[in-house]
Amino acid sequence: MENHAITLIVNGQEEALLVPSNMTLLHALRDGLGLTGTKNGCEAGECGACTVLVDGEPVNSCLVLAVELDGREITTIEGLSSNGKLTPLQQAFADLNAVQCGYCTPGMLMAGTALLRRNPNPTVEDIQKALVGNLCRCTGYQRIIDAIMEASRNGGTR
Amino acid sequence: MLARPGLPDFEYLKAESPQEVFNLLKDKGPDLKLMMGGTDLFVQMRDRDSGPGTLLDIKGLPGMQEIEFGKTVGLTLGAAVTLNQISAHKDIRKYYPVLCQAADTVGNYQLRNRATLGGNICNASPSADMAPALLIYDAELILESPGGERQLPVAEFWVGPGKIALKEDEYLKAIHFPPPPEGAVGQYYKLGRSKMGDLAIVGVGMLGYPDPETPAGLRFKIGINSTAPTPYRVPAVEDYLAQHSLSDDVLSQAAEDAMDISAPIEDIRATALYQKKMVRNLTKKGLKEIWGSLK
Repeated sequence: MENHAITLIVNGQEEALLVPSNMTLLHALRDGLGLTGTKNGCEAGECGACTVLVDGEPVNSCLVLAVELDGREITTIEGLSSNGKLTPLQQAFADLNAVQCGYCTPGMLMAGTALLRRNPNPTVEDIQKALVGNLCRCTGYQRIIDAIMEASRNGGTR
Repeated sequence: MLARPGLPDFEYLKAESPQEVFNLLKDKGPDLKLMMGGTDLFVQMRDRDSGPGTLLDIKGLPGMQEIEFGKTVGLTLGAAVTLNQISAHKDIRKYYPVLCQAADTVGNYQLRNRATLGGNICNASPSADMAPALLIYDAELILESPGGERQLPVAEFWVGPGKIALKEDEYLKAIHFPPPPEGAVGQYYKLGRSKMGDLAIVGVGMLGYPDPETPAGLRFKIGINSTAPTPYRVPAVEDYLAQHSLSDDVLSQAAEDAMDISAPIEDIRATALYQKKMVRNLTKKGLKEIWGSLK
């Protein structure tokens, strides 16, 4: 199979990649660019561990081909903090112990970030709806919801 | 390391013009598969040794992502409009609310950023969440071929599970909805294993609106998924309701009739008997609620 030469703008940086047609964005990020913060869970669009932002909108990176996204802006978990300073949402996850095993956390943070950008003052129900596609088998979700509420009071995503 | 084998090999092509689509459909025949959001297609292809040799991405064709609405002309959605675009559109929410309600029940938010209305239609799942809304709003599909456009009512497009009446030189370009009936009230009733994020065990979309011509003074349109080889309307039930002065008994009878028409199979999600009873219960619930809000 022929490789496609594409450019992705990942966390603000231009990345030139040579990808086969069947390579998903998930594998391009993890295996092509070494950005292993984005997790591989179900590879079927159900668990949300692979959630990243494409042009600011959350998508399951396991269900998008890298070649489809030539020229687009991708934000991964590695791109949230700047100069070591966590976003209010990341800080709230740490402060409120919204993390146990941590595997779902990058996806939760990306979905939560996207939610707070489109709705800076979500209700608990808004948060629950936004996280339907992010499974967590440890926390029972309550602390994750608390952390997103806390972040919405503390300036949201930035 | 890949946790799973991933997608089989294929060649990805992005169509720039309708002519290019027609040429490739002709050259490659059944070895070519049209794709848009890919959210169903990739899951179907995953873990298989082989699949279509070529995926032709048509979501970037002119007009495929456009939404046009006018009160007198109705709504036209490009086939690649995403479910989140539908959900967020003010006019669709106001005039075709059941489309938005249905869209909001599909998978999850991330998925709906990629999943397209046209893909949901062409995937032809009996449990397609958008199907009841498409049926009750009388959706017409606009199919493009080298010979020009043709229109087809959505109900005639679904032939069986995963089977559609798309000719080999055609693609789905847009979906048109006539203006909704004056004073219409609608709702999508979905039963899944969980409240959100799951496939429909039964889904009933319902529209009620005033119609002074009928003894009932109103009319219902009812679309049902998950309980037959394709999603379906129940015209016999709709006519029965229109022809009778409405009462609790009439609504119950209509719901029983809908149950009798439904033809589910036993599957992993529910028994056939349970699905039939849920067709009855959701239909009854819907009729009561919508009648209540129209009274």
